[in-house]
Amino acid sequence: MQLITNSKGKNKTDILFDAVVYLVCLLIFLSIVYPLYFVIIASVSDSTLVSTGQVTIFPKNISFFGYSEIFKDSRIWTGYSNTLLYTVLGTAVNLLFTLPAAYVLSRQEFRARRFLMLTFVITLFFNGGLIPTYLLMKDMHMTNTMWVFIFPFCVNVYNLIIARSFFENSIPKELFEAASMDGCTHFKFFLKVALPLSKAVVSVIGLYYLVAHWNDFFTGLIYIRSNNLQPLQIVLRDILLSNQVFSQGAGAGGSAGGYAQQYADQVKYGVIIVSTLPILIVYPFIQKYFDKGVMIGSVKG
Amino acid sequence: MISKNLYEHPAQPRAHKKPTVLNTFKRDHQLWIMIFPAIVVIFIFNYIPMYGIQLAFRDYDFSKGLTGGAWRGLFYFRQFFDSYMFADLMKNTVAISLATVILSFPAPIILALLINQVRWKRAKKTLQTTVYLPHFISIVVMVGLLNVLLSPNSGVIGHILSSVGLGDVNLLGSTGTFVPVYVLSEIWQHCGWNSIIYLAALSTVDPQLYDSSKIDGASRWQTIKHVDIPALIPTIIILFVLSMGNVLSTGFEKVFLMQNALNLPVSEVIATYVYKIGIISNQFSYSAAIGLFNTVINFVFLYAMNMIARKSSDISLW
Repeated sequence: MQLITNSKGKNKTDILFDAVVYLVCLLIFLSIVYPLYFVIIASVSDSTLVSTGQVTIFPKNISFFGYSEIFKDSRIWTGYSNTLLYTVLGTAVNLLFTLPAAYVLSRQEFRARRFLMLTFVITLFFNGGLIPTYLLMKDMHMTNTMWVFIFPFCVNVYNLIIARSFFENSIPKELFEAASMDGCTHFKFFLKVALPLSKAVVSVIGLYYLVAHWNDFFTGLIYIRSNNLQPLQIVLRDILLSNQVFSQGAGAGGSAGGYAQQYADQVKYGVIIVSTLPILIVYPFIQKYFDKGVMIGSVKG
Repeated sequence: MISKNLYEHPAQPRAHKKPTVLNTFKRDHQLWIMIFPAIVVIFIFNYIPMYGIQLAFRDYDFSKGLTGGAWRGLFYFRQFFDSYMFADLMKNTVAISLATVILSFPAPIILALLINQVRWKRAKKTLQTTVYLPHFISIVVMVGLLNVLLSPNSGVIGHILSSVGLGDVNLLGSTGTFVPVYVLSEIWQHCGWNSIIYLAALSTVDPQLYDSSKIDGASRWQTIKHVDIPALIPTIIILFVLSMGNVLSTGFEKVFLMQNALNLPVSEVIATYVYKIGIISNQFSYSAAIGLFNTVINFVFLYAMNMIARKSSDISLW
């Protein structure tokens, strides 16, 4: 690979080509970073200046009214703690169900593996659809409970396939043969050898599950009626899209008084930041696994 | 005691018979225990609803459960085909799905080819980190972002557009702009993430191919055309077939959240209609029939695309 600085042997069209490449990349970079940056500065700027388009590069008339309003809002904290619980518990259950199954499906000597794999893969293309699934949950009395966030679909077949391919391709066959000579059982081998060797894939599918739980809006929409069980995403919808910005009612009065509506946008920008913060915090740490994870998954179906 | 079976298990006495699924239960009981929870969950939450599809052909009866009502045959399907909503729903669903597939499918390929051309390592890493990020924004926040940024009187993009003379259009509340806003925001959010798989495919290209194309005097553009793109073709075909399988079920959640009274004529799709008829109005059988119709069309698309792919390139899903 040639570095850009090594211009020897390059002709004019190649230099022009590079220039175009870097220019387009810069545009793509800005088109993603600027909207996100704008939300940050808008969340701490005077709403009137934001809405008249005077805030573009730096925040103006910095005030934290939006954030203090968010900290006072009990709905957000209920949603936050619910989502935290569903995410942690849900991801743990996901991994507990997915990893052992993936290990089993990776064992060549397991006779039922082809058949079971097929029955699992079929579910990727066929499903009962919304209504039969909804009625099933109702019959099982799972609607309006927290379990509906944890157990249904706790095995994601895509993630199962990723984990299976990893176990199959990166744990040498000889390892189990040697271990079983010494009397090692499958349970022990899975816990003591296979899992410690598979930290990369465990963290990748753990991350996939984690993000899916954190962003899950659909489950709350369909199955939950009680306000105390609502996940964060439903609360966010009320605030961001249904305009129920203030707990006291959409700026119609309450303690916030006449300036409520004026600050509604500031609250919205703040809510976007507050709800996305956890992901922004962990993002730099998990980011290095992405390529690895997709590479693992794409080895073969 | 020499057995010819391929599945012999070093820790156990060698089996005399060819092991069948049944007589391996004892030998592999630990494996069965480990996979049992997953089998149970998949069976309950994926296969029982499939069995429940017959609801589409029956009257739903609260006292008799999912499969107990009287048989109605194709009644609910006819009701759907004859309803005044049918033409609009089909048109909207196909328009949104096809626009998404046609426009957002090539975008990650182009992005991957572009990123692959960046030789300056730090710029490449920064760019990759940035383009993956929007993928992790939740759908609700994404639509919230669109609302605040595109708002015609207070949003920053609204301001930019009106400064170049394109203002006065309520991007989120007009029938003409719903599909473009939907598709462009899909690309903005997921293009980077979807490019990872193509970048992975590009990273497996034999470096000798680049060297020899350079010796042959190929320009950068020619190298992309004759080395990079051919290397991506198998991945492209598989992903395209898969995306066609979802052609009618794209983004219920996002379409649902982006809906408002103004754009409803173009934003009501089969999936949102199923939700409204079924969950909100409790017409379970009618809604299940519409859902099943959607699934069948999806599968026909998937099957057809797979067959075309196999005939034209020997690459297919099955």
